[in-house]
Amino acid sequence: MSGEAVPARPGFAADLARVAKAFPTLLRVGVSEVVAYRAEFLVWILTTNMPLVMLAIWHAVAADGPVGHFDQRAFTTYYLGVLAVRLLTSNWVVWQLSMEIRDGTLSAKLLRPIHPIYALAADHLSAVPMRALVISPAAAILAYVGWDRLLRHDGVLLLVFLASLVGAWLLIFFTMILMGAIAFFIESSLGIFELWLGVHAILSGYLVPLEALPHWARSAADVLPFRFMLGFPVEALVGLLSRHDALVALAAQFGYVAFFGAAAVGVWRVGVRHFSAYGG
Amino acid sequence: MIDVRNLSKSYRVHKRAPGLGAALRSVLRRKYEVVQAVEDLSFQIAEGERVGFLGPNGAGKTTTLKVLAGLLHPTSGSVRVGSYVPHERDPRFLQLITLVMGQKQQLLWDLPPSETYAMNRAIYDIPRAQADETVRKLVELLEIGDLVDKPTRQLSLGERMKCELVAALLHRPRVLFLDEPTIGLDVSMQAKMRDFIRDYNERFGAAVLLTSHYMDDVVALCPRVVVIDHGHLIYDGNLQELARRVRPDKRMTLRLSRLVDRADLEKLGTVVSADAAQVVLSVPHARLSAVVQSALSALPIVDLTIEEAPLEEVMRELFGAREKEAREASRAHG
Repeated sequence: MSGEAVPARPGFAADLARVAKAFPTLLRVGVSEVVAYRAEFLVWILTTNMPLVMLAIWHAVAADGPVGHFDQRAFTTYYLGVLAVRLLTSNWVVWQLSMEIRDGTLSAKLLRPIHPIYALAADHLSAVPMRALVISPAAAILAYVGWDRLLRHDGVLLLVFLASLVGAWLLIFFTMILMGAIAFFIESSLGIFELWLGVHAILSGYLVPLEALPHWARSAADVLPFRFMLGFPVEALVGLLSRHDALVALAAQFGYVAFFGAAAVGVWRVGVRHFSAYGG
Repeated sequence: MIDVRNLSKSYRVHKRAPGLGAALRSVLRRKYEVVQAVEDLSFQIAEGERVGFLGPNGAGKTTTLKVLAGLLHPTSGSVRVGSYVPHERDPRFLQLITLVMGQKQQLLWDLPPSETYAMNRAIYDIPRAQADETVRKLVELLEIGDLVDKPTRQLSLGERMKCELVAALLHRPRVLFLDEPTIGLDVSMQAKMRDFIRDYNERFGAAVLLTSHYMDDVVALCPRVVVIDHGHLIYDGNLQELARRVRPDKRMTLRLSRLVDRADLEKLGTVVSADAAQVVLSVPHARLSAVVQSALSALPIVDLTIEEAPLEEVMRELFGAREKEAREASRAHG
């Protein structure tokens, strides 16, 4: 038996075809899990209230006059946009992955004939419909308050915005996989992620619109990946970007998606060799 | 079907003494130790074979199973399962095998097992009719019809184990790695599980490699055993031969109609236990027929049975002797 040649491994296309076939079921089961965790899910949603806190602060500041291009209504539109985009695109895969590597529960995913990254993607994508439901009131208020500037009533910007949501989700997912996979090498990667999160809060436009940052910080935010996870889709949504700027940003966003996707897969491949599958 | 040659696997583990001081020192300077979990292990298992994989805690059994299932990369040596190198985790290899670990579950915790089955059907790309049929049969055999629609977290350990087995066998694997598959089950369910594993093995010609601390599992299922200790192979062969080699004595159980003197019993063999109703003697194999004749003529026997020594005792003696040898060797060297 040992002399037998190893059959050639199926290609990426075959892998993808298998995943595409399994994905609807994975999503359906994932939605059932989200529903089973409904209380925890809602509590988690409520903890994402920082945009509303920031809205209250900036709304008060803008009462005496606009801050840059932002008057009270612009702040309301912006932070409701932040809330909606954040809830639609964020996920918690770094915590899950770090924990599953530490306690060995990743083993079950590694034993299945589809790559665990796809399974994790399905797990987290399946939370999106429920999140969309939760943010619908905020989206309705956003539409009411900011209708005149929303997407500049431009069909191309609408398409860019929708694509930027996909890009933001993928970028966040891949960076989280990358940081989570560091747990293959060190005992926990959550410390690194907390550090990342701190920088993200400032340079993504989560706490403050990037326009309100000092020039040097704004310049840094323009080239770093954080803006493409949140600020860019929000800016496109609330009409802060021209069609040209939005298309350029979209290209940059997908460039980052490709970079972090490759980095995540690379670190995973090397890391899984170090997996100790403890606990069992 | 399984070909393991000169497999070694070592881990690098962080080591520190207990206490706050040691914890603080470990922040600045970490001490690591290399643990040799498996060393130079070789064995082969043919299609359809059932093999018990035995050894004391920490012997390297689970590490070996994890290497065979592709979860761990070997440090050196070669491993093939079917035509595949496990750690490459080719999807076709993963279709071929299953790993059931008594302590670890693939069942989705907050959903009923039926949802895990649906998920596995999609992941393994099993035609719906085939998956439904397999689930129906397995559910019937394991008598879990009323469990598969309850959330997993509400099931007992034994119930979960049975549901877990269905999930693990849904894709009809040809190689079963079973790590403590009967853990948490009551005696009658353990027996059912054994029947079930044997039936699966015979029906699908699947190779089975099983670890268990319940020696009844091994006796009932595995004509052959591979025994390892401290990562080294110490025996590979027939289970009965192992028992005979380690414990050449037979176990003779006598039910008596009245109490007899211990001295009379000691003339026949070593007294393992004795009370008013029953006596257990250990008798060398060569003297067995003479001892039986003497016992029948001299003692008030109601019933007499002869068995091999229980496997638990065989293993205890085997590993005890090795521990003693190791201690003596280390004393001689140091």
